Amino acid sequence: MNLTNYLVLATILFTIGALTVLVRRNAIVVFMGVELMLNAANLAFVTFARMHGDLTGQVVAFFVMVVAAAEVVVGLAIIVAIYRTRRSASVDDVNLLKS
Amino acid sequence: MTTALGGLPAVLTAAGPASAVAPADGALGLAWLLVALPLAGAAVLLLTGRRADRWGHLLGTATPVAALVVAVAMWVALLGSSDRVRELELGTWLPGGAFSVDLGMRVDPLSMTFVLLVTFVGSLIHVYSIAYMAHDPHRRRFFAYLNLFVAAMLLLVLADSYVLLFVGWEGVGLASYLLIGFWDHERPNAVAAKKAFVVNRVGDIGLIVAIMAMVAVAGSTDVGVVHEAVGAAGEGWATLIGLMLLLAACGKSAQFPLQSWLGDAMAGPTPVSALIHAATMVTAGVYLVVRSGPVYEAAPTALLVVAVVGAITLLFGAVVGCAKDDIKKVLAASTMSQIGYMMLAAGLGPIGYAFAIFHLLTHGFFKAGLFLGAGSVMHGMGDEVDMRRFGALARYMRVTWVTMALGWLAIIGVPPFSGFWSKDRIVESAFAVAGTWEPWVFGTVALVGVGITAFYMSRLFFMTFHGTRRWDDGTGVVPGGEPTGRVDHPHESPALMTWPMIVLAVGSAALGGALAIRGAFTTWLEPVTGHVEHHEPVLPVVAIMVTTFLLIAVGVVLAWRQYAAAPVAVVPPRGSVLTRAARRDLYQDAVAEAVLMRPGQYLTRSLVFADRQVVDGAVSGVARGTAGAGELLRRLQTGFVRSYALQMVVGIVALVVVVLAVRI
Amino acid sequence: MTTLLASAGAALPVLTSLAETGRTSTGEEVLFWCLAPVMVIAALGLVFARRTVYAAMSVVLVMICLAVLYVAQEAPFLGVVQVIVYTGAVMMLFLFVLMLVGVDAADTFTDALGAHRWISAVLGVGLGAVLVSVVLTAADLAPSGLAAANADGNPVGVARIVFGDFVVTLEVVGILLVTAAVGAIVLTHRERLVRRVRQRERADARVAAGETLTPLPAPGVYARSNAMDVAALGPGGRPLEHSVPRVLRVRGQERSVGEVHAHLGPEAVGSTPPERAITGEEQVR
Repeated sequence: MNLTNYLVLATILFTIGALTVLVRRNAIVVFMGVELMLNAANLAFVTFARMHGDLTGQVVAFFVMVVAAAEVVVGLAIIVAIYRTRRSASVDDVNLLKS
Repeated sequence: MTTALGGLPAVLTAAGPASAVAPADGALGLAWLLVALPLAGAAVLLLTGRRADRWGHLLGTATPVAALVVAVAMWVALLGSSDRVRELELGTWLPGGAFSVDLGMRVDPLSMTFVLLVTFVGSLIHVYSIAYMAHDPHRRRFFAYLNLFVAAMLLLVLADSYVLLFVGWEGVGLASYLLIGFWDHERPNAVAAKKAFVVNRVGDIGLIVAIMAMVAVAGSTDVGVVHEAVGAAGEGWATLIGLMLLLAACGKSAQFPLQSWLGDAMAGPTPVSALIHAATMVTAGVYLVVRSGPVYEAAPTALLVVAVVGAITLLFGAVVGCAKDDIKKVLAASTMSQIGYMMLAAGLGPIGYAFAIFHLLTHGFFKAGLFLGAGSVMHGMGDEVDMRRFGALARYMRVTWVTMALGWLAIIGVPPFSGFWSKDRIVESAFAVAGTWEPWVFGTVALVGVGITAFYMSRLFFMTFHGTRRWDDGTGVVPGGEPTGRVDHPHESPALMTWPMIVLAVGSAALGGALAIRGAFTTWLEPVTGHVEHHEPVLPVVAIMVTTFLLIAVGVVLAWRQYAAAPVAVVPPRGSVLTRAARRDLYQDAVAEAVLMRPGQYLTRSLVFADRQVVDGAVSGVARGTAGAGELLRRLQTGFVRSYALQMVVGIVALVVVVLAVRI
Repeated sequence: MTTLLASAGAALPVLTSLAETGRTSTGEEVLFWCLAPVMVIAALGLVFARRTVYAAMSVVLVMICLAVLYVAQEAPFLGVVQVIVYTGAVMMLFLFVLMLVGVDAADTFTDALGAHRWISAVLGVGLGAVLVSVVLTAADLAPSGLAAANADGNPVGVARIVFGDFVVTLEVVGILLVTAAVGAIVLTHRERLVRRVRQRERADARVAAGETLTPLPAPGVYARSNAMDVAALGPGGRPLEHSVPRVLRVRGQERSVGEVHAHLGPEAVGSTPPERAITGEEQVR
């Protein structure tokens, strides 16, 4: 088996994550889509590390996880804050950008 | 042009340290004070504001009087010197490499004559104004403007370069604008000021073009240098400069075809009319032509045009003067006509220069006197200006009557009063000018002008002071017409007003004769105008004189019969075609409107239309296109986060595809 | 921690032995082909699941599988961290917020944005295709293996790099975490702007508004089913809608009385129990 399979899997997961972000309207699900995309990237990093015989890829994946954790904390806080004021967790309700 | 510019340095070196002219020393070195004193007065009066209200008129009168003292001292110094043309260098004004303008003053008999006239008449009018404007809340400002005017006029006549002259020229125009519109709370006054300003600007174009031509030809604007260089530059340049200077002179001196502003300028206070529109400012054009004599010597065509313009204006003013009922407007028309005489004289060439200035001097006295007299009449009659509402005033204002009588006799040219000595010489010179048809035409015009002048000035005099009373003296009985509902108590003006009138009347009576003794004035002016032997007139001198007297007599008698012996209608009769035309200034405004204003308006409108449709169309078309594109792009901005994410994905896919395509 | 990770590595001898230098082993191949479809299907669950909780659980599944794949790819440290951080912390946080926000917020499939869904689908597939083709066109994907780098054990190797080359990054990330924590607190903090509404005020407001003063009726008259989802009957014999919990109503999980009646047999068919005339002699409840 070739390591390409891992990369293809990562790509597919990434695409599904992106699709989730595009299609779903529940902010929490959208957020999970983002997490899925990050995880797909991590998988690619780990595969690259193995491919090149260099642990740096794993370290980068590690940092991605940490940053993702921070992001989740802030993101969920925002969702909660929005939910409190608008009584909704739908991203479509947050459309004040439209004039 | 190129050759002229190429020859510029050579001309400069030839001109050298611009003085074969002697420097002004001693008392003559004070020439700058003449300008500085009134200018300082104006500055102080304008800058101190209301605090100077109490003493402003005194300071405003003191500065021209001080200038007069300086001028007299300079005059005495100049008389005692054999070198009558002096130059006062004050430094370089516009240093510009090869071209530079010096700040300097030219003191010679011509400028000295003007300085004396301006300061003397100016001082008298200042004194007169103290009383005349006593009840005006803005008297201080009035004196500031008068001072500014005197300073500008003195700078104009003293300037030794055309650029500096232009400064004075514009200063005079500015002061005139401010003074005509002094009572600008009334719309007609403001409009009149604007009209004077705009018409003067037309003339200024001429002066500017002339100065540019001078720089091209002579590489300098110094009076002496220009005069030398123009003679060498050929007739074409000289004609151009001459005609452009004439245009400038027409604007300032209210000559045809730029005469229309003068009548309206009577909207200003009467002392202004006396100072500016009789004695000084309007004479600036004559000064310019005489000062530029050498230019016209090199350009016979331009000189002829000067004479023609003078002749036309002479008749124009005289005809208009016959029909006007407003006392000040009659005097304005008369001023126009008299300056026409001066222009005619100046247009006759060197033989006429001295007489032009001579007439200018005497005219300065009697016209100022007449204007001050008119102001005095108005003062006594509650600011009434319609002569048809005067009549039989001689009894009530003796001093005014006498002084105006002297001015009247002077202007119509009765010997031995001033006007006779100057005007008769101009008529003679007109007959004596070289040429085939010119002596006859100019001579006849001048003669006819004398007759008409006698008529309309007599008309003014008789309508005002003689004949039947046409105003209500409180008894309710108005012999000459219907009561107006307003009661007049005509009275003599205060001493501050009458004394200047008396002084001017003395000048009107005696000055001409005194200066004409043995040709004293012509001799005095010779350093500037040059000595010219007279031609013999085409008619015998005696014949001319007799004709002149006859015409004067006819004019006076006609006026007496019509306006003193017979009753004068209070409501102006319909009159003949000519009268009606003259009442409307021979349709000058209508013509100007049809020839200049309407086409100008159409041009403006079409330009505005083009601007709106083409320029704005292009601009707003671009704007509309942008807005339309924005409207289309706005559809993409749904405000939904998912849409934006979708757009990002579109971009990412496109990017990756491009990268992929490049790699493959 | 290190010993724990080392023991975790030792506890998976099969997986670690799969990773040989150079080529992947057959065991790894089998593992991959077992996990990959599961992961893809679970991930698709994120897109299609109606209930948010299901979506969250499918993501948890994907992440656990990922952890296994990490271990298979000679990254046991990351595998463990993945389990702890993602499935243990992040996803639990998600579930926590889900419960806080309300599980009743089910997604509907009707979209306000018209063709958005289909464009998204096309683009998603396009994106996947493009990315896959990128991967497939890449040259030389032969693994060089991590045997040398992992000589002292994977955690030790990772630690050398993290505390060596990336020490500054690590510090910055630490600051980032603190900032995120502070940010979360600030975002969710609510300033009390009005006076606290206590029981007394609530009761007064209720009286003033003329609302029901008594407690709401309890559901479940018919105890034969899960009574929570069936409305109680009022004195008039009509079902009282508001006796069913709100969450069940929103989800559409309540059942009408008629449905329950169906279980009673043909003799009881009818939408409601037989109505009784109100005679005025009933006992007041």
